[in-house]
Amino acid sequence: MTTDPIDVTDAVPGPDPDRTPLVELDDVSKYYGNIRALEGVSLEVHAGEISCVLGDNGAGKSTLIKIIAGLHQHDAGSFRIEGEDAKLGTPRDALNHGIATVYQDLAVVPLMPVWRNFFLGSEPTKGVGPFKRLDVDLMRETTRAELLRMGIDLRDVDQPIGTLSGGERQCVAIARAVYFGAKVLVLDEPTAALGVKQSGVVLKYVAAARDAGLGVVLITHNPHHAYLVGNRFVLLKRGTMFGSYARDEVTLDELTRQMAGGSELDDLRHELEKR
Amino acid sequence: MTATAPAPAPSPGSPDTKTDERLLKASPLKKLMGRPELGSVVGAVAVFVFFAVAADSFLQATSLATVLYAASTLGIMAVPVALLMIGGEFDLSAGVMVTTSALISSMFSYQMTANVWVGVLVSLIVTLAIGVFNGVMLTRTDPPSFIITLGTFLMLTGMNLGFTKLISGTVSTKSIADMEGFTSAKDVFASTLTIGGVDFKITILWWLGLILVATWILLRTRVGNWIFAVGGGEQAARAVGVPVAATKIGLYMGVAFGAWVSGQHLLFSYDVVQSGEGVGNELIYIIAAVIGGCLITGGYGSAVGAAVGALIFGMVSKGIVFAEWNPDWFKFFLGVMLLLATLLNHWVRKRAEATK
Repeated sequence: MTTDPIDVTDAVPGPDPDRTPLVELDDVSKYYGNIRALEGVSLEVHAGEISCVLGDNGAGKSTLIKIIAGLHQHDAGSFRIEGEDAKLGTPRDALNHGIATVYQDLAVVPLMPVWRNFFLGSEPTKGVGPFKRLDVDLMRETTRAELLRMGIDLRDVDQPIGTLSGGERQCVAIARAVYFGAKVLVLDEPTAALGVKQSGVVLKYVAAARDAGLGVVLITHNPHHAYLVGNRFVLLKRGTMFGSYARDEVTLDELTRQMAGGSELDDLRHELEKR
Repeated sequence: MTATAPAPAPSPGSPDTKTDERLLKASPLKKLMGRPELGSVVGAVAVFVFFAVAADSFLQATSLATVLYAASTLGIMAVPVALLMIGGEFDLSAGVMVTTSALISSMFSYQMTANVWVGVLVSLIVTLAIGVFNGVMLTRTDPPSFIITLGTFLMLTGMNLGFTKLISGTVSTKSIADMEGFTSAKDVFASTLTIGGVDFKITILWWLGLILVATWILLRTRVGNWIFAVGGGEQAARAVGVPVAATKIGLYMGVAFGAWVSGQHLLFSYDVVQSGEGVGNELIYIIAAVIGGCLITGGYGSAVGAAVGALIFGMVSKGIVFAEWNPDWFKFFLGVMLLLATLLNHWVRKRAEATK
């Protein structure tokens, strides 16, 4: 694996307040019985921008993703796609609205060849009636070409995708979403299980997707990764939103401090120093 | 493997996208090693050679026809069961479902004094409905397929005996051999074709047909892609919009269809059906699929492999008879075959994946 140093910050375009957001969550809440999973969260996703959702474990990031991805429905607030109110019933609904979600561990089927994974759920066919069949040549060649375009040079698209590295698997999933015309890309902790170099590779594809005009929701607990590429930052804590910033309103240090617990961290330091 | 910064798309038709010189490194042998059915084919050749040496009559054409018949009756079920297993699920009700299917055609035709084809059709509908029941129960509720189809297995076992005794008064059905349509139905499900002086049972054709259809579905259709996906990564499949529930229900209907074909063969071969039959066969179908290279956890395997697994079964069960050994040893051979096949498959898969 060879990678160039990460230099994606300077390419971040400025926000344009006049456009309708691709996806807009306004004061959205979600309850599981009497458990408050998410309350009063607002988020905007614009084309060609990356909106980062930061939070510790249990902060409500997964619930937020599931609402955007169509796995769960929100209970209060409004969820608008390109200005229109929406309630997504299934992941298929979300895909039809141009929202593609890439999950950290669940992005691909490890035992299946790369080309079968690439087209999974949207396989091209040729022929009619009982002879309707997968267009295998097209699938193989498109997979190879699209991955090459994203900078992944595969020796053999027939190899099980499980034999690729974690970063490459994420990249295949992102390339797939871009190829299928997603307008909004939701990435769930894409760098969580990866090393430094692999994370860099993935973040570069995230930036490439942004430059291709997609709106990206990047879910992460790593403020450094978020600040490298993000245009907006939403901080979640125990199901509520405790911070929402545009890029020019916050510094990396401030973001890191808030993520690390802010004043709670100071209290902890005092407590530890007393010993 | 190299990853570089996003590069511009290569111009269409550039040699890069067509062929890759590094592909030559994968030798045909490696490609063969990566096939799921390899282990079973090696096993089948070994078993064939073994009985060809051990039993003088094994190589006669009539003996081979007998072996093929035994393999086909099993293989008709092993093929759809393998597809289901690739889809990540089991069906423990498959064995008794065959008997249920036979009982329904027989008793419906007899009680209604209808053309047996009416009974055969009713049986098809009811058997497919049992498959749908298994699939819907599984996809709508949480328990694993092992438990749900164990429930179906017990219910069908009880209903087979209960209804047969209630309707016929005994544990077997009345003969329907003199009823209208019996001869033509027997032609379809249980006739014998004589080729070159050797009698071949028609189930061999059903078996080959099912292998072809199953292989086509698995490797060349969208549904096939979905079957691999729901077995190999259900959540990932769902996330990209694969209809997981429909795929699984379809797989259970495939098993039900196999049970219907098998059941009709049973009925029209003997014209009466014993209501207690079929128990235990579900495991034999699963064993054939596993010997054929299907991964028990789903997501990997082939229809051809399962068919070869059934062929191994046929060779062992009949080979023991031709070798004039005590057939009590059959189960022992089976156990050895299962263990060897599983280990071989495991080893082959590890090597194939490591050397890629």
